[in-house]
Amino acid sequence: MQCVVTGGNVKVLAKAIHSLSRIGDELYVEPCFSLCVNQSVQTVFRSVATLEKTVEKCHIELDEAKDRLTFTLHCKHGLLKTHNLSYQDSESLQAVFDKDSYANVFRAHPRLLVDTVVHFPLSVEEVTVTVSDERMWVRNHVEDEAERSRAMLTELCLASDEFDHFAVKAHHSITFCLKELRGLLAFAESTGLLLSMYLDEPGSPVVLSVTDSVLEGNFVLATLSDDHNLCKNNNKGPDAEQPPPPDDFMNDDIDSYLIAMDTSVAPGPSAANPPTTSLAAARETPSDRHRIRRHSEEEEDGDRLPNKKFRSIFFGSVLPPSPQTSMQPVPTQEVLASNSEDETEAD
Amino acid sequence: MKFRGKIIDVACLNHFSRVITTISKLTKTCVMRLTPDNLFFVLSGKVTNGGVSMWCELHQANFFDEFQMEGVSSEFNEICLEVTPENLSRALKTVQNAKSVKVKLTKKHCPCLTVAAELPSLSSNSRVVTHDVPVEVVPRSLWHEFKEPSMPDFDVSIYLPPLKTMKNVVDRMKNLSNFLVMEANLSGEMNLKIETDLVSVTTHFKDLGNPSWGKTSGPIRLPVPQINPNVVEVTRMTPHVSTGDAASQDGGASQSRDPEAMAEVRVDIRKLQQFLVGQQVNPSKAMCNIVHQSVVHLILLHDDVSLQYFIPAVA
Repeated sequence: MQCVVTGGNVKVLAKAIHSLSRIGDELYVEPCFSLCVNQSVQTVFRSVATLEKTVEKCHIELDEAKDRLTFTLHCKHGLLKTHNLSYQDSESLQAVFDKDSYANVFRAHPRLLVDTVVHFPLSVEEVTVTVSDERMWVRNHVEDEAERSRAMLTELCLASDEFDHFAVKAHHSITFCLKELRGLLAFAESTGLLLSMYLDEPGSPVVLSVTDSVLEGNFVLATLSDDHNLCKNNNKGPDAEQPPPPDDFMNDDIDSYLIAMDTSVAPGPSAANPPTTSLAAARETPSDRHRIRRHSEEEEDGDRLPNKKFRSIFFGSVLPPSPQTSMQPVPTQEVLASNSEDETEAD
Repeated sequence: MKFRGKIIDVACLNHFSRVITTISKLTKTCVMRLTPDNLFFVLSGKVTNGGVSMWCELHQANFFDEFQMEGVSSEFNEICLEVTPENLSRALKTVQNAKSVKVKLTKKHCPCLTVAAELPSLSSNSRVVTHDVPVEVVPRSLWHEFKEPSMPDFDVSIYLPPLKTMKNVVDRMKNLSNFLVMEANLSGEMNLKIETDLVSVTTHFKDLGNPSWGKTSGPIRLPVPQINPNVVEVTRMTPHVSTGDAASQDGGASQSRDPEAMAEVRVDIRKLQQFLVGQQVNPSKAMCNIVHQSVVHLILLHDDVSLQYFIPAVA
């Protein structure tokens, strides 16, 4: 395999790699078969600002005989930087999802979501997104009951007219990792493209994608499955699926509750009715929870990948596939560094 | 109990946030007292915080455009809450560009201080973000622990050198020793000293000036802000700059005190450092009262906020 990335696209590739590095430790590269490259690829594209200024072209080549993936950066003034990375063959991971069948679709400039997640402290691990016909709520997800009485709960409400497209067919509430969301938002924002969000029921992955004429990026994030969501939502009342009532900011005197407690007695919040269900009793450690987290459509493939947290990004060229392009360098390009067998000659 | 306050002015919001951030750097938890006119943040000196205590007083009118509260009862028209100021600080930090911010006492899964901000948005509706900060209500039986501190019967009162300078000195000294001696006299001189087996280091400050106080009794009062000229101001004491003349300092023992004699306190250096690290704004007045071998009483006065910090002596 050989491919060449030119000009401004090198920066895009670099940003994609940085974004992915916030999600996982391994990178799967799929030209025609799959490889797994460790995070040393990040050092190739370390400084995006420098790359932008100095790199004219990036040549990526696979040497199967030597198990080597070579990145050659053609820089200004004839400078050539060659990085030889090792890789492992691995099974191809195929995300099984069909975003077009999802009940809810949203589209907005990534800035909207960036401005939303900024309100959550960096320590927040997961967020819950709830949608209704006219609104989207984003709040932090608190895992266990003990945490709930100590942790700050943050919630942001976005109106449908802040989005370019807001189509809700089913009122769902899903929970997924914030850290990954931050990473992908940084990338999406840098592309300047609109971000599409496909949301379905809890347990189905949430898909966020950016598309233009030369690139299509799909970020697929696993979500907590239904029984977990139910457990955490029940402080909102019997109907766990119901999104919280809109916070009518103008009329809030109603909700300055009288805290009726006898303050002459020893302290303690008044009966807060801590939500308990049989599900809450089955308290799992975070690692257990991650194993249970599943992509419902993946169950058929479940035997192959039972324990993997499922997150990935697919980059594809949207040009029609041609039998030639994947095997040969583009004829008009000059190959500046030949695939040298002799290591001492490598620069 | 009810509480609802609203801040609209961006400068007030910014100032309030900075006060909360300062408090959050001084202590992990503290008690917030709400009265119709004031907000207090109180840390009572306990063994668990090394005997350090803090009293921070704000006039609510300087920050809030609207402020309504109903205390525990009409006789005790006050609300006392235990809070984690860092949560409040985080909640306020992200909403600096808000059109308005409301802080109110609510009951969610537990009693909370809810910070609700109306943010600018592209749509016809504002974007609303709410932060629910869990608090614990302090019962009236414990209120006596969070009273205003009285002015100690100090031996020396002196203006502090610029806090930034002090911080730089203390930061470096902290690398050498766990304890620091703070001493000062009525001639405007202050020394910060550390001593180890190998080395002793002293930093001298001169010409600091000594405030003179009126008759010492009871708590210190801030001047009331001039919003209602009909209200008579009760100012128990306002320090004046003196030329360092010992005779101008009233109140007991200091009258006959040798102006050169140093009053000293040996303190845990980390506590002094913690105090200095938190200061975000230069106060209009910064001074300290030293009770020989007993306690250092630091006082910072800003236009609308006063902060007092007591560091006890260590053996």
